[in-house]
Amino acid sequence: MRADYELFTADTLAFIYGEQLRAAQRMLDFDYLCRRAKPSVVALVTPERGGFEKLFWGTKEIRIPRVTSLTEAATRFPEADVLVNFASQRSAYDVTVEALEIPTIRTIAVIAEGIPERQSRRMAALAKARGKWIIGPATVGGVKAGCFKIGNAAGTMENIREAKLFRPGSVGFVSVSGGLSNEAYNIVARATDGLNEGIAIGGDAFPGSTLLDHLLRFEKNPAIKLLVCLGEVGGTKEYEIAEAVKAGKITKPLVMWVSGTCAKVLPGQVQFGHAGARADSAAETADAKNAALREAGVIVPNSFDDYGLRIKETYDRLVKEGTIVPAADAAPPSIPIDYAQARAEGLVRRPTHFISTICDERGDVHNYCGVPIDRVIEERYGIGGVIGLLWFKKEIPPYAREFIDIVLQIIADHGPAVSGAHNTIVAARAGKDLISSLVSGILTIGPRFGGAVNGAAEHFLYGLRNGLSPRQFVDEMKRRNVRIQGIGHRLHSLENPDARVELMKAFARKHFRGTPLLDYALAVEQVTTQKKGNLILNVDGCIGVLLVDLLTELRFSDAEIDEMIRAGLFNAFFVLGRSIGLIGHYFDQVRLEQDLYRHPLDDILYDVPKAPEKVG
Amino acid sequence: MAQKGIREYDAKRMLARAIGEYSGGRFAFDDRLVLVTPETDLARLGKDHPWLRTEKLVVKPDQLFGKRGKNNLLLLDADLRAAVAWIGERMGKEVTIEGAGGKTTGVLTHFLIEPFAPHDAEYYLAFTSSRDADTIHFSPQGGVDIESVWNTVVSIEVPVLTDPAEVDVASKLPDIPEKETVAAFVQALYRIYVDYHFTYLEFNPIAFSRGRLLPLDTVAKLDDTAAFQCADKWGPIEFPRPFGRAMTKEEAYVESLDAKTGASLKLTLLNPDGRVWLLVAGGGASVIYADTVVDLGFGKELANYGEYSGDPSTELTYEYTKTLLDLMTRKPDPQGRPKYLLIGGGIANFTDVAKTFTGIIHALEEYKDKLRKNHVKIYVRRGGPNYEEGLENMRRLGERIGVPLEVYGPETHMTRIVSLALEEAQR
Repeated sequence: MRADYELFTADTLAFIYGEQLRAAQRMLDFDYLCRRAKPSVVALVTPERGGFEKLFWGTKEIRIPRVTSLTEAATRFPEADVLVNFASQRSAYDVTVEALEIPTIRTIAVIAEGIPERQSRRMAALAKARGKWIIGPATVGGVKAGCFKIGNAAGTMENIREAKLFRPGSVGFVSVSGGLSNEAYNIVARATDGLNEGIAIGGDAFPGSTLLDHLLRFEKNPAIKLLVCLGEVGGTKEYEIAEAVKAGKITKPLVMWVSGTCAKVLPGQVQFGHAGARADSAAETADAKNAALREAGVIVPNSFDDYGLRIKETYDRLVKEGTIVPAADAAPPSIPIDYAQARAEGLVRRPTHFISTICDERGDVHNYCGVPIDRVIEERYGIGGVIGLLWFKKEIPPYAREFIDIVLQIIADHGPAVSGAHNTIVAARAGKDLISSLVSGILTIGPRFGGAVNGAAEHFLYGLRNGLSPRQFVDEMKRRNVRIQGIGHRLHSLENPDARVELMKAFARKHFRGTPLLDYALAVEQVTTQKKGNLILNVDGCIGVLLVDLLTELRFSDAEIDEMIRAGLFNAFFVLGRSIGLIGHYFDQVRLEQDLYRHPLDDILYDVPKAPEKVG
Repeated sequence: MAQKGIREYDAKRMLARAIGEYSGGRFAFDDRLVLVTPETDLARLGKDHPWLRTEKLVVKPDQLFGKRGKNNLLLLDADLRAAVAWIGERMGKEVTIEGAGGKTTGVLTHFLIEPFAPHDAEYYLAFTSSRDADTIHFSPQGGVDIESVWNTVVSIEVPVLTDPAEVDVASKLPDIPEKETVAAFVQALYRIYVDYHFTYLEFNPIAFSRGRLLPLDTVAKLDDTAAFQCADKWGPIEFPRPFGRAMTKEEAYVESLDAKTGASLKLTLLNPDGRVWLLVAGGGASVIYADTVVDLGFGKELANYGEYSGDPSTELTYEYTKTLLDLMTRKPDPQGRPKYLLIGGGIANFTDVAKTFTGIIHALEEYKDKLRKNHVKIYVRRGGPNYEEGLENMRRLGERIGVPLEVYGPETHMTRIVSLALEEAQR
């Protein structure tokens, strides 16, 4: 059975409230370093999700359960009596009050800064009424050497080893500041046989437990022989310590310093880092408090500079008197360094599994191919400019951006009857969601649907690159029985041209430095239209050849152009543009509340044999 | 952080808005209040607030200091023309205020105008908070230095877990006319005090007239950490700096750096001719370094108080250091004595020491000529993650720039560099 004055032992089990895996790992590492039998963290209370988390116990991984409520945590692990409450400023109060009502939880460390004072005072009063302990708020917590560590207290493993926190010494330390606790543990470790317990009560005006509360606890603990305390300007709690010493409630030697003696040379009311660190009256100044403590018989140095000396003198005296038998030194087990830390320190390397050369989302503003996203917006790169960055890895000129815009607009839709739209509509009517319906349409894009763009580019490039005259090209294709892609239209002809094609041609002629493949395709058109008036360069063909001309404009080599065609560049434009139309069809069907589509039976030729062919 | 003084204007504005709701419609405050700032067009006041033209007015500075009557900064029973003239004469003027904490000099920038209300009795009423209880203080003698009549003050303790609606005020009040009404009023104000997260609220005096209380002089502090709960209740609120010395350009610049980041950067210039300059990491450590300089008898030579903490970026640390070095090296000591720069700090928890030193090193390098010209000696002490590399970089910097520089790690007591520097200064 644990004594009243012991908040933590080597068997203490705790919950961590909040998404704090690093803190949990640090607690486990400390436990391991102390050669504890079991990890101190029994569960993470994370309202967002349950399951479990993998953490290291020395070199191997163990599972730590996640639970979604404190009540569940307490029911499953009634033996845990400490809660390390990492809840935010907004919810820390509610979590603490809930924990105070759970009988098995006895000690709560409240980490959050900026909890309203009225809430802090209520927490403190409730804890007192229930006979429980609150450490904090606005604290890093504390450490019981060789036993248990609250969250991130005591810093890195290196600090913990340096300050010998893996085994108990004879000193009980309590301070306001958490930021200085490592420094204090270091001072204690150098001046004495080490820390037994160290607590930072937090810098707020109304901490849940006070310096005196912990000193009285240390006073009762026979393992603690020397008390060390670091107070602060502001408040009057230090006078209670002086009173307690005078009244004989504290009998063990106490070395104490109240910081903030510089306040007298500062103008007006300088608010130091801590909310509580401000003197509202003469009694609250550091000088007055140090004087009162000295007068009560506390060992008060002349300045912080000889704080360590006073601690050492007092410790040496206690050893000489036989009150302290210095704790034996012990060698802690080693803990492997984490990969992330080792990498940061340049100790390890590892080949990567992924590479990206088009964008980087690390840093303040993520970038597209080196261009910060805010500049993309400010300088109006538009969809065309973004495609330039992410598909071509080039900063393309305004006319190229505009041309891509034109292409996407033309491709965006081609009525509900074509394969893609049809499929999307059927899927939407089957009650499928947006993504399924869209994908159902997109999956039809390929050699037959939307493929003409790709085909046209390939065919005309073949003719041009092999130096075939338009006539030779047409003849060869005929001989090979290949229909030239991108040629022919249902309605349009030379006399009745397709407006979309005319627009693109005019745009390219105006802005491109040259349009060699378009020129070649138009020469071919001259040949094919001699045979039949509607065998003109159609919209797919025009997009195909002009995209090739655009790539040439953008200084892609022939080999690079071929590579991109093989990788499906033209399909990419088609997928991107047509998705706009397909999504439109999906919304259209949903808004119209269209029922499940069933194809009419009289539109199907049923030609089923009486019986299947028998084989074998 | 936490307890912050607010303007009388804001306090009265909030109370006027809340009192109806908190008294079940029984009480009301006059919500006719005008805050005059340097931006206010005095010629338009009468147009914007027609009541100013018809009422007798009270005018006073509203800048978190009291004893305005004693300091001749209170205009009573005036008409608008007189009020405007009175403000016009004082706006932007430097005045020295005599208060409880001594003399303070500052510039007048904010004035409160409200209707002048004739009244019968003046009471004292205050709400304060301590760890275990709130206290309601009431005295039938208001409008005087309350300390001088403290024996007339009734104090009602309200332990922290008490329901504010259950507080018994009536039975504790002294015998005054319409005691029940006053008690109900005080109770409603107390409930506002609690719900609005006031940490201090004092009316001296609060007048009693025609069956209702009327706050005349009001001092209030709010707990600014409750902003996330109280944004609607408080309305647009500003937490002014305490009355006094205006910030220097450099202090204002550091404050603007501080506002840009989650990290903390603070600078208070104490004595630009001082020879001991602090560049210290961490809120707790920075106070102790300043303490030690003062405790060792060099308070007059302490040039600044400041700190950087919370892992500021290299760029911010660089800017901060440059600001400090600029101040430090403007002119050599008239007697040609050396100056001391203490780059101190405790043992960091998780901050990478080498990384945070990078910005400092850049700035020192840039100022090497000025540092030499001013006979600056640098002392460094720091511990924590990666401190060996950080300290080694500092050591090499000293050799490179030819400025005397001593480097110490966690094996040396945190403030040892203070005594080292001061011992050297005494020689």
